Amino acid sequence: MAAALAVLGLAAGSEGWSFAWSGEWHLVAAIRAPRTVGALLTGALLGLAGAIAQGLFRNPLADPYLLGSAAGAGLGVVLVLAAGGLFGTLIGVANADLLLRLGLVGAAFGGALIGVALTLILARGTAQPMVLLLSGVVVGILLSALSELVMLVAPEALRGKQIFLLGSTAFFGWTSVAVLAVALVVTLPLALRFARALDALVLGEASAASLGLELPRVRLLLVVLMALATGTAVAQAGLVAFVGLVAPHIVRRLVVVTHGPLLALSALAGAVLLLASDVAARSVVVPQELPVGVLTAVLGGVYLMVLLRRRGRW
Amino acid sequence: MTTAVLQAQALALRLGGQQAVDGVSVAFDAGSWTAIVGPNGAGKSTLLSLLAGLRPPDAGRVLLQGRALADWPASERARQLAWLSQQGEAQGDIAAHDVVRLGRLPRHGLFGAPDVADETAVARAMAETECTAFAARRLSELSGGERQRVLLARALAVEAPLLLLDEPTTHLDAPHQRALLRGLAARARDGAAVVAVLHDLTLALTAHRLLVMAQGRIVADGPPADAGLRAALVQVFGGAFSIEHVVAGGVARWVAVPAI
Repeated sequence: MAAALAVLGLAAGSEGWSFAWSGEWHLVAAIRAPRTVGALLTGALLGLAGAIAQGLFRNPLADPYLLGSAAGAGLGVVLVLAAGGLFGTLIGVANADLLLRLGLVGAAFGGALIGVALTLILARGTAQPMVLLLSGVVVGILLSALSELVMLVAPEALRGKQIFLLGSTAFFGWTSVAVLAVALVVTLPLALRFARALDALVLGEASAASLGLELPRVRLLLVVLMALATGTAVAQAGLVAFVGLVAPHIVRRLVVVTHGPLLALSALAGAVLLLASDVAARSVVVPQELPVGVLTAVLGGVYLMVLLRRRGRW
Repeated sequence: MTTAVLQAQALALRLGGQQAVDGVSVAFDAGSWTAIVGPNGAGKSTLLSLLAGLRPPDAGRVLLQGRALADWPASERARQLAWLSQQGEAQGDIAAHDVVRLGRLPRHGLFGAPDVADETAVARAMAETECTAFAARRLSELSGGERQRVLLARALAVEAPLLLLDEPTTHLDAPHQRALLRGLAARARDGAAVVAVLHDLTLALTAHRLLVMAQGRIVADGPPADAGLRAALVQVFGGAFSIEHVVAGGVARWVAVPAI
């Protein structure tokens, strides 16, 4: 399925579908291929982060943007855009030059990690998951408020922030792909190594501790992995909604598995979801394209509504 | 003199402005089978979690095989001590079989692979609590009694010399309650120390020893045959039942009869 979608991803151009790749090889190699691979990798990172979050907090509604990473990334982006504005270059994200683009990516990544770090500091570590979640909410509100404040002072940052955070795969080049690949290669195997700890957490905190797990340490590691995966994805693609939340749901519905396979399959499901959404976003209103984040939000929302109606529970 | 498997010395803990556990000293020997009873809020579950080292006491200490709990490496301690939480805490979509396998985590660790001995222990525990039939089903899809049997099998699969069980008979029907109590008594005969918080007093009265708790303290400690203990038991529950001596099937035992 991922392979079939990848072919579609390579074929989806700004003027409709095209499979005659030999004639437009430069387009395929420079634009469609990195975009397709990038969408797969971003989706995988989000699916993985979502599965970690849901296992860690023992909550099927947890998503990767908890713990302040989304608001942190948003603030980072706004600060860079506002700074750019101050220096006299009015910036649209779409036509941003490479330097600024790198600045935005770095700021989003740094912002996401700083958001999570602030959450960890506020919660005084990871000993109490509920305190950690609440701290994430508080940090999220505070950082978002700061973003609003910056945008009041520098209103030109607003549009750039909107475009960046709406979620888009339009900016992927091979550099983005390399960064995303490194993040996945680092986080996925490490997360798989600690998957049994997530299994043990199914029993509850006390029972997991009684099995000899040093929970605060294991939780910290998993939070760091989640932050790295999410931060990288957000920095490259903005806030793509719902993929991280929905991917593990789909996997759990289809198969009964422990967290090892769940993490890997959630990454796969996230990859497929995001690429499918991206292909659709590029093809629905040719030659325009929808921001993929809007599409994943609609698809994810509809999926969860159907799930809720069918099962009557989460 | 033999060392007790588990020994608590002057344990105290305040929770939410209340003295949940108030100066409790108690020891459990190998081969003992003890039920902790008392009214709601007496501190039974809190005491059990202190005994398991799952939370630090404000004062006092717990010795596991003569060595302070805090001095045990977490994984070694986990091999010595099997713990069963109250059921509400477990939730998730992993299969019953995989839940029971978690009981072997202290043996092979997070990164090790289960071996034949582990799989045998898992199969034995699942057979004992009769949950083999639904081994492949998700924990979240099981009935209350089925879940409890899976969680019990998880605790039994540790095959630890000390079992601390918080309300192990919850949701179990009569045949499974009987099977569980027989199983626990058999483990005590084989040398394990078994400690369980129990709500059903007639079930609790089948234990070798009862700890009666009220307001964070142990107010009576002894075998069911001890008249003083039985009187204390009736008293802490405000005389809501009487304890009668009955002979059924050729076996004499004590039963709690509600005073309605």
